[in-house]
Amino acid sequence: MTTLPTGTDRKLGLVIDLDTCVGCHACVISCKGWNTENYGAPLSDQDAYGDPSGTFLNRVHSYEVEPAEGAAQLIHFPKSCLHCDDAPCVTVCPTGASYKRTEDGIVLVNESDCMGCGLCAWACPYGARELDLAAGIMKKCTLCVDRIYNENLPEEDREPACVRTCPAGARHFGDFSDPESDVSRLVAERGGFDLMPEQGTKPVNKYLPPRPKDKLETEAPAALPAVATETTGFLSWLDKTLDRLPGGGAN
Amino acid sequence: MHPAPSVILFTSLSGLGFGLLFWLGFGYPGVTGGTAFVFFAIAYLLAVGGLMASTFHLGKKSNAIKAFSQWRSSWLSREAWLAVISLIIMGLYGAGLVFLGTRWTLVGYVGGLLSLATVFSTSMIYAQLKSIPRWNMPLTPALFLSYGLAGGALLSGQIATTKALLLVLALVQVAYWALGDRALITSGTSMASATGLGKIGAVKAFEPPHTGTNYLLREMVYVVGRKHSAKLRIISLLLVAVLPMACLLLPFNHLLAALAVISHIAGVFAARWLFFAEAEHVVGLYYGKR
Ligand code: SF4
Ligand code: SF4
Repeated sequence: MTTLPTGTDRKLGLVIDLDTCVGCHACVISCKGWNTENYGAPLSDQDAYGDPSGTFLNRVHSYEVEPAEGAAQLIHFPKSCLHCDDAPCVTVCPTGASYKRTEDGIVLVNESDCMGCGLCAWACPYGARELDLAAGIMKKCTLCVDRIYNENLPEEDREPACVRTCPAGARHFGDFSDPESDVSRLVAERGGFDLMPEQGTKPVNKYLPPRPKDKLETEAPAALPAVATETTGFLSWLDKTLDRLPGGGAN
Repeated sequence: MHPAPSVILFTSLSGLGFGLLFWLGFGYPGVTGGTAFVFFAIAYLLAVGGLMASTFHLGKKSNAIKAFSQWRSSWLSREAWLAVISLIIMGLYGAGLVFLGTRWTLVGYVGGLLSLATVFSTSMIYAQLKSIPRWNMPLTPALFLSYGLAGGALLSGQIATTKALLLVLALVQVAYWALGDRALITSGTSMASATGLGKIGAVKAFEPPHTGTNYLLREMVYVVGRKHSAKLRIISLLLVAVLPMACLLLPFNHLLAALAVISHIAGVFAARWLFFAEAEHVVGLYYGKR
């Protein structure tokens, strides 16, 4: 059913710390690795040794942010499905393949129903869904639904592959419906925010802002004082001649 | 958005076909027998041809039948139902006209209104998408309905009505362009809101997540050809409304009428190409593009 549940028992999702992410793309690779060989159709690549392009459920952008004062900052920005409470991708789906689970809020695609029309990818403002060109069906982050409840895995592995892999500890997984969970507390303490709140999708995943940076020395070093004031000889003549040319130095 | 030939054909042809069915349902022109057969054949070729084209871009056509299941929530599903129901009812009505020479007025009215509702539901597939501000406007259904009604009137050969509707169509189209050009800005979605980093300062895309292209860029960040959009707008307006209008203002002649129809259909294709190519999906902002 592609009508959204009125509420979900739990709200599983991710917190992504933009302060800690180092932009290594390890989460991208572990995501592709896990999801290409487990639940559902593999994540195919096209022309891998020519002009490559492929299906990924998680991608890391990098932004340069220039404050009004002080030095510019480089911020790495991982982005995957935010498992929105008001997911527009679900309600547009004509086949009933896209749905949001009542028990934990995970947004999934039932691959045996999907006809690959792509409308859900159009409806998602975040670019979190990609149509797999080999399988012809829609792929998206499953929050590693086949890991988090998997009793065949050691307990520490029962979290999404991206979270398990992140060497910087920039990704956290948990239940947002519990105000005492680690993720809820992180969001409260660090001022976690929604992406594109004006789109009205009510994303479950939250982002933590970069912490304020130390102030860098922004003054340029003072010009070196001239050693010789009056000069003679060939080099002096050359210096003055070059100065006189258009674009020559003034000092 | 990527102006895929399949969706351009689908929306243009089925819009014209269901537009013609609307007028036929209301008895314009009041034809029976062989003449009615020709009119209905044209309408069905356009409507069904358009619907078939829409299946070309499906990744998994074997699941297409499931698209009828979600009419409660999905406009695409509603469109599928409305199209099939209108085609059945108008088929019944047409059979009465062609084979029995009788006009079942009520059946025609119901079928005609459902045909128009089909055009409306097509437009809502696009108008519902908040992620594409240029489409997310009440003018989008108005645009599709004016195209369907004007094109249908032209094909059904009603000169006076067509002239009035072409004027309406031209006005709605120009208004759609004018408001559409401001839609992304007024939607409030920007690189700052997309990344949430606007509080720190001016956000600039530094490095994209992938060196090659991908599905998102191909499908939703189509920027090729936008630089010609001003010229294309003028061309499509000339073809869709001005030239047909000029043909209809001259004393009636079959050659001129044919020219009006050909010009109009070419204009519909050009305008529909622009409808897709000019539409900016907000995901482009993550790539520093629009
Ligand atoms: S991020 Fe996109 S794909 Fe995921 S739930 Fe929200 S709208 Fe749907
Ligand atoms: S691509 Fe599949 S999941 Fe997405 S809207 Fe179409 S049928 Fe539904």
